[in-house]
Amino acid sequence: MTEQTSAAASGAFPAAPRALKATAGAVLSLVLTFLGLTAITFVIGRVMPADPVLAVVGDRASEEVYQRVFLEMGLDKPLYEQYLRYLGQILTGDFGMSIMTTRPVTEDILRFFPATLELATLATLAGCLLGIPMGVWAAVNQGRWIDHVVRVLGLAGYSVPVFWLGMVGLLVFYGNLGWVAGPGRIDIYYDGVVDSVTGVILIDSALQGEWDIFWNAVSHLVLPASVLGLYALAYIARMTRSFMLDQLGQEYILAARIKGASEFSVIWRHAFRNVLVQLITIIGLTYASLLEGSVLTETVFAWPGIGQYITTSLFNADMNAVLGGTVVVGICFVGINMLSDLLYKLADPRARA
Amino acid sequence: MTMATQPRAAGLRGWLMDPSPASTWQARAQRGYLGWVGFRSNPIAMAGFVIVAALLLAAAFAPWITATDGLTPNLGARLLPPSAEHWLGTDQLGRDIFDRIVWGSRITLYIVILVSIIVAPIGLAVGTIAGYAGGWVDAVLMRIVDIFLAFPRLILALAFVAALGAGIENAVLAIALTTWSPYARIARAEVLTIRKSDFIVAAEAQGASTFRIIRRHVVPLCLASVIVRLTLDMAGIILTAAGLGFLGLGAQPPLPEWGAMISTGRQFLLDQWWVPTAPGAAIFLVSLGFCLLGDGLRDVLDPKSASA
Repeated sequence: MTEQTSAAASGAFPAAPRALKATAGAVLSLVLTFLGLTAITFVIGRVMPADPVLAVVGDRASEEVYQRVFLEMGLDKPLYEQYLRYLGQILTGDFGMSIMTTRPVTEDILRFFPATLELATLATLAGCLLGIPMGVWAAVNQGRWIDHVVRVLGLAGYSVPVFWLGMVGLLVFYGNLGWVAGPGRIDIYYDGVVDSVTGVILIDSALQGEWDIFWNAVSHLVLPASVLGLYALAYIARMTRSFMLDQLGQEYILAARIKGASEFSVIWRHAFRNVLVQLITIIGLTYASLLEGSVLTETVFAWPGIGQYITTSLFNADMNAVLGGTVVVGICFVGINMLSDLLYKLADPRARA
Repeated sequence: MTMATQPRAAGLRGWLMDPSPASTWQARAQRGYLGWVGFRSNPIAMAGFVIVAALLLAAAFAPWITATDGLTPNLGARLLPPSAEHWLGTDQLGRDIFDRIVWGSRITLYIVILVSIIVAPIGLAVGTIAGYAGGWVDAVLMRIVDIFLAFPRLILALAFVAALGAGIENAVLAIALTTWSPYARIARAEVLTIRKSDFIVAAEAQGASTFRIIRRHVVPLCLASVIVRLTLDMAGIILTAAGLGFLGLGAQPPLPEWGAMISTGRQFLLDQWWVPTAPGAAIFLVSLGFCLLGDGLRDVLDPKSASA
């Protein structure tokens, strides 16, 4: 749909209106996806065997109180009205109260989310810094050992259960070698020493000059970030390799070589510039799936992030927290993917048409 | 392939290589054989084939391969390390881990097959209808597909299972709900390329109903790409199912589901490492097998999108 409208406009107008149309299209599909996501979580919340009223008043409340809360929560209204009400609450950042922590879910999420972001960001960064050069290197040496390494790594990264890899990592590097700290984000006696400014311990402790805590946090962070980073690296390297091979087979590369451009220039200035644009989407995808995959890794590493918040809430039948967490992670996931898609369209003139 | 140059070789191979097949059946067999020849020469694909075949055999012959039923506790043999008698050791209830993994292959196959037979028909139906009908039907259906494509799979599956209750069937349903959308995309793309073809117009001119055209002429042509995609997706399906099992939302103990086995074995990680790591290795191996197989199948069935 977006493609058609922007294609129609592209003949008559130069870049600016086209970019505007692409943005408008992306915003429209973002809104639709958001509505779909909330509709599904809403339905899940209604299907849930747990009684939402009982969850609020407790099972010793009198019939009178129960009825009052039932009406207050609007459960007598038709479903679409309840959905609109739910949507309104979400838009104002109100996900209700968590039964488990007895705090607003929004507050909990703000507290847990930085830990997840810290992990996913570092892993994606590591994946890019190592994966992109590896992918390029493999493509340039197609058929040599580095190429095989990248191909095997790519397939392995696609099929390894990350939570299992995390456990094996813990077994080897924490249990046997003792190189890194165990599960958790920080040693228990450092817990709460640093005031939370950003919620990211590395930044907070560095800001306050608490270097012991900083290094302790690093030793806890290294393993989970490496495991996730390996997954990111496998995917990014594999895609970089295949994009790069695609570009190196094009005629403009041949033209550049005939022109006498150095190999370095052919690879990095000609081919890689086109690959980089395509990689935007891949990096976005990696980042989004790491955020989502946090549910599994955080369980393995006892990492106090949003994934663990969702799963522990789930086992305590704390539905507000589960749905709130799902919606927030879902929005981030959708948002990152849309954003990278949009960036790709803006950066690559061919993708606009 | 050297055999093809020899005229009229005798026997089965000669029949399979005959340049002028006598029946439709023979022609089909020949096409299958040629595909197999191409497939066989690809070592990576063969590795995948061997792994998946081993999985199928393990599931089929589990009662003969294993010495125990993998469920009955034997408290005298708790947490034994790997040995000649217990190849992968025993778990906290003294059950042989190798036996449990073999029995668990049935659960893995059950999940994978169930998800496939839910997902492929739904995706095919939505995709072909959207592509064939066009117009607003197409726009609406594809918008729905886009919304599902954009969803975070694991988290939604998690929320679904949370609502429906833990168990294999609900895990399958949750995975299917989050997996069907790419198939609709693929089917639609295939339909759009063949919709204006002469043979479709000919079928229409003969008075074939829309339903018949979709069922007999359009769907068979989409099947190859759907099968390839399905094989490639198997790894993802297995990993999601194992992840749900790991979180305690899939198959429930004492069932020997691999993810659930990792989850219950986690507490023994540092002292009896074989308890949680062995089932994880099985998951890794099987999803790798499907990946490799899918890659090879793509080259045989779907030469258009073959990788560089």
